[in-house]
Amino acid sequence: MKETFRIAVLMTIITTVIFGLIYPFAVTGLAQLLFPSKANGSLIYSHASNGQATVVGSRLLGQTFTGPGYFHSRPSMAGDGYDAANSGGSNLAPTNHALLDRVKGDVEKLRAENPGAAIPVDLVTTSASGLDPDISPDAAEFQIPRVAKERGMSVTDLRALVARRTLGRQFGILGEPRVNVLELNMELDATSPVKKWQKSVVKK
Amino acid sequence: MSANGWFQIGLFVAAVFLLTKPLGVFMVRVFEREKTFLDFILRPIERLIYRLAGVDEKREMRWTEYGVAMLVFSGVSMLLLYLMERVQLWLPLNPQKFTNLESYLAWNTAASFTTNTNWQAYTPETTMSYLTQMAGLAYHNFTSAAVGIALAIALIRGISRRESKTIGNFWVDMTRCLLWVLLPACLLIAMIFVSQGVVQNLKPYATAQLVEPQTITGTGADGKPTSKVVTQQIIATGPVASQEAIKMFGTNGGGFFNANSAHPFENPTPFSNFLQMILIFAIPAGLTFTLGRMTHSPRHGWAVWAAMLSLFLVGVSTAYWAEARGNPLLAGVDQQASATQSGGNMEGKEVRFGITNSALFATVTTDASCGAINGWHDSFTPLGGLVPLTNILLGEVVFGGVGSGLYGMLVFVILAVFLAGLMVGRTPEYLGKKIEAYDVKMAALAILIFPLTVLLFSAVSSVSAFGTSSISNPGPHGLSQIFYAFTSATGNNGSAFAGINANTQWFNASTGISTLLGRFFAVIPILAIAGNLARKKTVPQSAGTFPVTTPLFSMLLVSTVLIIGALTFFPVLSLGPILEHLLMLAGRSF
Repeated sequence: MKETFRIAVLMTIITTVIFGLIYPFAVTGLAQLLFPSKANGSLIYSHASNGQATVVGSRLLGQTFTGPGYFHSRPSMAGDGYDAANSGGSNLAPTNHALLDRVKGDVEKLRAENPGAAIPVDLVTTSASGLDPDISPDAAEFQIPRVAKERGMSVTDLRALVARRTLGRQFGILGEPRVNVLELNMELDATSPVKKWQKSVVKK
Repeated sequence: MSANGWFQIGLFVAAVFLLTKPLGVFMVRVFEREKTFLDFILRPIERLIYRLAGVDEKREMRWTEYGVAMLVFSGVSMLLLYLMERVQLWLPLNPQKFTNLESYLAWNTAASFTTNTNWQAYTPETTMSYLTQMAGLAYHNFTSAAVGIALAIALIRGISRRESKTIGNFWVDMTRCLLWVLLPACLLIAMIFVSQGVVQNLKPYATAQLVEPQTITGTGADGKPTSKVVTQQIIATGPVASQEAIKMFGTNGGGFFNANSAHPFENPTPFSNFLQMILIFAIPAGLTFTLGRMTHSPRHGWAVWAAMLSLFLVGVSTAYWAEARGNPLLAGVDQQASATQSGGNMEGKEVRFGITNSALFATVTTDASCGAINGWHDSFTPLGGLVPLTNILLGEVVFGGVGSGLYGMLVFVILAVFLAGLMVGRTPEYLGKKIEAYDVKMAALAILIFPLTVLLFSAVSSVSAFGTSSISNPGPHGLSQIFYAFTSATGNNGSAFAGINANTQWFNASTGISTLLGRFFAVIPILAIAGNLARKKTVPQSAGTFPVTTPLFSMLLVSTVLIIGALTFFPVLSLGPILEHLLMLAGRSF
C-alpha cells in the first residue's frame, strides 16, 4: 500500500510535467510558428496614418451593431452583448415566457422595419456562444433594404456584395451557409460609408 | 430536415465506421505490448517514466491491486488539482490575475475532472488561470481518459484470459495509453484545430476597439435607468487548442470557455465541428474492435458495435426531427429550413452549425460521456432535450465514454446473456466463460449505483428550497433541469440544462459526490467481474450456447439497455420533458 502510494505520487508529478506543461507548451510553440495569426485569435487590425495598428475585432467573433446603416448581428446573451470575455447563451426553455416575450418584441420591431418579409429565426434568437459572428443569408437579405437606403446604395449592388460575402457550406457539404457580419460591415464602411451627419445621429 | 442534413449525418457514421478497425487494431498492439511504428520515440520515454516512478513493468496485478492502484492514483491527482485551484493566484501563468477558488467550487471541479465528467459550475474565462486550465484541468482530461481505457482493457483481459489470477498492470496500461494512444493524436489534432482558427497562446486577453461603439441602457439596482457607453471588446484567449484536442478525444468535454464548443475560438468552423464529433466516438468505437480481437471473436465486437449504432440512429433522428420542427410558440417567425437558412429551433444554437450539426453534436456528446456542447441543451425543444437526457440515463453505452462506454456496455452484455440463459433454462455462457451468480450480482451492483444516486439527489433537490431555488426555467422544465444535473454528474457526462444555477454550496457538494459515486463505485464491481472471469476455465461451445455474434444478440442487447433504462426512469421523464412537450403543443408557456 505504501509502495502504491509512492508510485501514485511520483506518477502524478511525472505525468503532470509531460501532459500538463510540456505538451501545451509544445503545441503553443508549433501553433505560433505555423499559424501565428490564427493562434492569436484571427484578430483584425486597422492601421492609422501614422502606422499605429489597433485591434478592431476578431474575424471569428461577432460584435453588436445597432445603427440602421449596419447589418445587425443576432441577439447576444454574452455580458452586455458580444462580451468576448464572458461567453454564454440564454438557456431559456422553449416554453419560458421570458423567451417568448423577448422574441415577440423583436419581431414587432423587425416587422416595422421591413413589413411583409418573413423574419428568419436566427435574427430573433440568441446564439449559443453569444459571440456568433454569422447570420444566415436570409437574415442578411432581410436587412438589405434598410442598409441600402441608409448608405445610399442600390439594393442590387448591396445584394451582390452580400452574395460575394456569403460563405457556403465547408467543402460544399459541412455546416450551413452564412454571412460574417463584422467583415461585411467593415467592407461597407470602407467602400460606401454612411454620410457623416447620419453617423453622428446613429451613435446617440 | 433536409437532404444535406441527412447526408452530413451519414458522412459522420461512415467516418466512425472507417476509424473503428484501424484504431481498434492499434489499441490491441499497444495494450498487448506488441511493436508499433511509434516505439522508437515512445519506448525510451516509457522506460524513463517507469524508472523514475519505480514501476516494475513486468509485474501483473490481481483485480484488487489493480483497483487500489487506480483509486490511489485518482485520489492523489485529484488532491493536486484541488490545491492548484485553491492557490492559483500565487502561481505563474495567470495573466488575468484570477483569484483562488472557494472550497466548494474547487472540490466540485476537482471531483468532476478526475472522474472524466467535466461538469463546470464556473465560467472558465473569468475564473481559471492558464496554469489551472493546462496543468490541472487539461491534465486530468488525459489521465481520466487513460484510466477509463485501462479499466476497459482490464475487463477485456478478464474475459479473454483463462485460469489467470491477474488482469494486467494498471501503471503500464495507463502509461501506454497516455503515450501511444492519446499524446501523438492530440498533438496532431491540436494543430488541425489551430489551422481552423482555434487559439493557442499564453497572452493576456486582447482588447478590440469596437467598429460601432454601443450605448447600453438598463435599470440599476435603485430602479433608475442606467446608461453606459461600451467602446471596447475584451477578447479572452489562451492555450485552447491543446486542451480542445484531448477534451474531445478523451470524451471529457470541459470547455476552455463557458460556451464550450459553441465558442468560435473552441470550434470555429463546420470542419472543426465535424472533427470534434468524430473524435468523441473514435476511441469508444475502436474499443469494440479491440474487444473482438482480444477475445478472438471479431464478430462479437461488431455485434456490440451494431447495437450501439442502432441506439445512436434512433437518438439522432429524434433530436434532428424535434429541433428542425422548431418552437411552435414563436409566432411570426420563419422557422422553415431552406438553402439560405437552417430554420428550426435556433435559440441557443450557432448559425455555422445550424440544426443538423447541433442535434448531431448533442446526440454524440451524450451517447458518449463527453458532455461538450455546441448548442445549449436547455433551449432545445422538450423532445430534442429528451434525447441527450435519455442517452445519459441509458448509461452512456452508445459507444460511450472512452473505456467507460465499453465496460458499461459489457455489464449490459452480461445481463443480456443472463436473460437469454434464463429463457432457455441453461447456465449462461459468455465467450466460453460460465456466467454465475457472483458475476450477475456484481453486474447488477454496477448498474444500480447510477439510478440510486440520480434519483435520490434529484428527489431531495426537487422538494427543498436549496434545490428549487437554482431553477431558472419554470414549469416542468425546472424538474428536468435538476434531474439533468444529477444525471449528467453521476453519468460522468458534464453537459447540463445549464440555466440552472449550479454554483451553490448544495449543488457543488452534491454533484461532486455524484461524480465520484458514478465513476468509482461503478468500476469496483466491474473490476471484480474482470478478476472473477479471468480465474475461470473456458467451456466448449455447445448447441445450447447463446451466440453473441448475431443480429439477434445485438437486438437482445439493445432491448436490455432500453428496458432497464425505461423501467427506471420513465416516471421522471414523463413529469419533465414529456409533460413539457404536451403542454407546449397545447400552447402553454410558463
